[in-house]
Amino acid sequence: MTVDLTQFHDAFFEESFEALDAMEAALLKLDVGSPEPELINTIFRVAHSIKGGSATFGFSEIASFTHSLETLLDELRSGTMAVTVALSDLLLKSVDVLRAMLRAVQAKQPIDAQRVSDLQFDLEVAIAKKSEPAATPAMEPMAPGPAAHDHTGTPPAIAPRWRIHFRPYRELLARGNDPLRMLRELAALGELAVRVDAQALPPLTDLNPPDCYLAWSLELPGEVAEEATRQVFEWAEGDCDLTIERLQAATPQPAPPPPLAVVAPAPRQEAPAKPEAAMSGLGDSGSIRVSVEKIDELMNTVGELVITQAMLSQLGSHFDGPEAEKLRAGLGQLERNMRELQESVMRVRMLPISFVFSRFPRMVRDLAQRLGKRIELKLTGEQTELDKTVLEKIGDPLVHLVRNCIDHGIESPEARAGAGKPAEGTVHLDACHRGGNIAVEVSDDGGGLDKERILAKARARGLVGASDSLTDSEIHELIFLPGFSTAEKTTDVSGRGVGMDVVRRNVKELGGKVELKSEPGRGSRFTITLPLTLAIVDGQSVAVGTETYIVPLISIVESMQLKATGITRLSGHSEVLSFRGDYLPIIRLHELFGVEPRSRALHEGLVVIAEGDGRRVGLFVDDLLGQQQVVIKSLETNYGHIEGVSGATILGDGSVALILDVPGLIRAASMRVAA
Amino acid sequence: MTTNGSHQVLTFVLGNETYGVDILRVQEIRGWSAVTKIPHAPAHVLGVLNLRGSIVPIVDLRMRFALERAEYTAVTVIIVMSVNTPAGRRDFGVVVDGVSDVVDVNSAEVKPAPELGSRSATDYIRGLVSVAERMVVLLDIDRLIGRDLALSEGMDGEEALAVSAA
Repeated sequence: MTVDLTQFHDAFFEESFEALDAMEAALLKLDVGSPEPELINTIFRVAHSIKGGSATFGFSEIASFTHSLETLLDELRSGTMAVTVALSDLLLKSVDVLRAMLRAVQAKQPIDAQRVSDLQFDLEVAIAKKSEPAATPAMEPMAPGPAAHDHTGTPPAIAPRWRIHFRPYRELLARGNDPLRMLRELAALGELAVRVDAQALPPLTDLNPPDCYLAWSLELPGEVAEEATRQVFEWAEGDCDLTIERLQAATPQPAPPPPLAVVAPAPRQEAPAKPEAAMSGLGDSGSIRVSVEKIDELMNTVGELVITQAMLSQLGSHFDGPEAEKLRAGLGQLERNMRELQESVMRVRMLPISFVFSRFPRMVRDLAQRLGKRIELKLTGEQTELDKTVLEKIGDPLVHLVRNCIDHGIESPEARAGAGKPAEGTVHLDACHRGGNIAVEVSDDGGGLDKERILAKARARGLVGASDSLTDSEIHELIFLPGFSTAEKTTDVSGRGVGMDVVRRNVKELGGKVELKSEPGRGSRFTITLPLTLAIVDGQSVAVGTETYIVPLISIVESMQLKATGITRLSGHSEVLSFRGDYLPIIRLHELFGVEPRSRALHEGLVVIAEGDGRRVGLFVDDLLGQQQVVIKSLETNYGHIEGVSGATILGDGSVALILDVPGLIRAASMRVAA
Repeated sequence: MTTNGSHQVLTFVLGNETYGVDILRVQEIRGWSAVTKIPHAPAHVLGVLNLRGSIVPIVDLRMRFALERAEYTAVTVIIVMSVNTPAGRRDFGVVVDGVSDVVDVNSAEVKPAPELGSRSATDYIRGLVSVAERMVVLLDIDRLIGRDLALSEGMDGEEALAVSAA
């Protein structure tokens, strides 16, 4: 029988990468000296399931490597080896190598054999060393020894328990039943003790993979309802021998039932391990994988519905008569349901920011080690959810910022001690919702920005005149300039001057902004403000002549009516207005977009103070129409990019309105002025 | 185009002329409705419309062919077509005076357009064919509109240059 295994490759890679992430996270949590047995188990399971998968698919290099890794982990698990810093470094390196190998195999590229065999050699050496007496007094042995039956730990023998004998017929798998799934369901009911009987397992040569040869003996706590237990086996009833009996309190626990033999460790581990590893410890089996395209399609359709619904609501308000009231009530209900539907669909696309944060513990650890600094990483608000697209693009900017904090921000332990600070510096990553936006903060308790040095550098490069005096925030702006770096020498960490401008550009592409606060000697704090999603924007509709434009609320500072006296004309054309002590240029939208306005007199219209790229301008419009959430549509699908416009949306009446891109508008306008 | 060398063509009227486009390119025919203007667009690109959720640019063929402008009325028609451009498939609407008919055109009967001075004036014409005593100008919309699209995309750069040079 031949099965085309390649169809499972994608799932294998996806699961393996996830599992490696989990393994890395567990490794970082692992304390030297007194490791938590559960963490070692998690790590072991990952290695084990990758080994199994890669062997199945014929990725022999990966299988061989994971085998060595697994052997080493097994030593850790059984307590014959202690967790040392060197060892956890070795294991982290193994994660990297495994990741690289998987990526290479996935891309059908050759594996870096040298790197793999070097590390594998190190692993073997470490294993060989275990015969030397390892100082492991503090470590609690995971399993009492090879004779142990219950790998889940011996449950208290006093309480009444359910004992389940589950012996599937060979064709169980072929009927579409999955014993692993059932075990998982049982485990969700209560603490499950599993013993597998692999007696029927034939030698590998005689094994028919679609057949099920294993049987299980399971125990559940007495408080689990029998009904619930039976339900788990509901679908398998005809395909297995099943007995569920209640053990009385006095029943001696460790005695295995007569038909069961204690089995070899490997398959015993396999049964419960696989599903858990696949779930990467999130403990949520009620999820499915859906492709992003399908969700986007759904999003689109819902967007259409919202527009249609808005159109109907508008129409409904024109009707009169006895039925009209009912119609309007129905439309109101429709609107509420629509909003709920839209929110639910949006939520499908949302993922917790921990997906991005999870890469930092490792990075911070490595960097700190390399730079000889002591750093504690604090993560908070990891459960804050944001759109998948935003999430994917926010990773790199955050890496830049964290790297900056570690390299430039946090001082060396000696310098910190000298300044009366704890030797260990803190880098804090925080995420939270803030009024329809997501704020992600990266802060450190280091030395803060060195304003003098930044200013000196800027003067040396001719960015700032020798006599110009700059405010603090203007100096902070300087570090966002392309190619700007104060590092004396380029390290492999930072200092090449690519970084902060890339951060700002990436964040801007997401419709967000970066702000910086810094206090000398106390540290600095970068705040990234992002929209919740890229599909919808909170906007202010403004009218210019017969056209309606949407200004994203995130760009708006405030709106105001001008007095004829509040405007100053500078040399000919450019007009400026005075706003809180600043003079802001006025952009007449009608001029920029070639539209006939209702009035050209500034005091007859309104001015929207908008901000982009750290600059503020006044946008002159005829009127403000109202605030609404709009679904962003691309103009580039069928047309092309327009300077100053980020996209379009469809209004309640079915007409199209352009969404303004404030930084782009400022650029376009300054070009006009320059001309 | 079918194997026997004939294909179906949608014909429409613009002034006194009848034009034809490959029916397989036609997405939909709809009545005129007001468009949203787009800044910095060529004059014959009137603006954009909402076509079942996607934003579709609208071109006035009269202006494109430098004909006298007609009023947009309730009978003015927009033909939405898909255009192949180097950047991929794009949907586009063209404003015409009215849609006439769908006719079968035998490829063998299509005559090449006569060379008239500059080639660029006629290279969007695939050929001429006579249908029921009338001459139909077969359009190559990829060349006709695709070039406009390329133009509109280059607009930013070009205009920026023009502005800074001024």
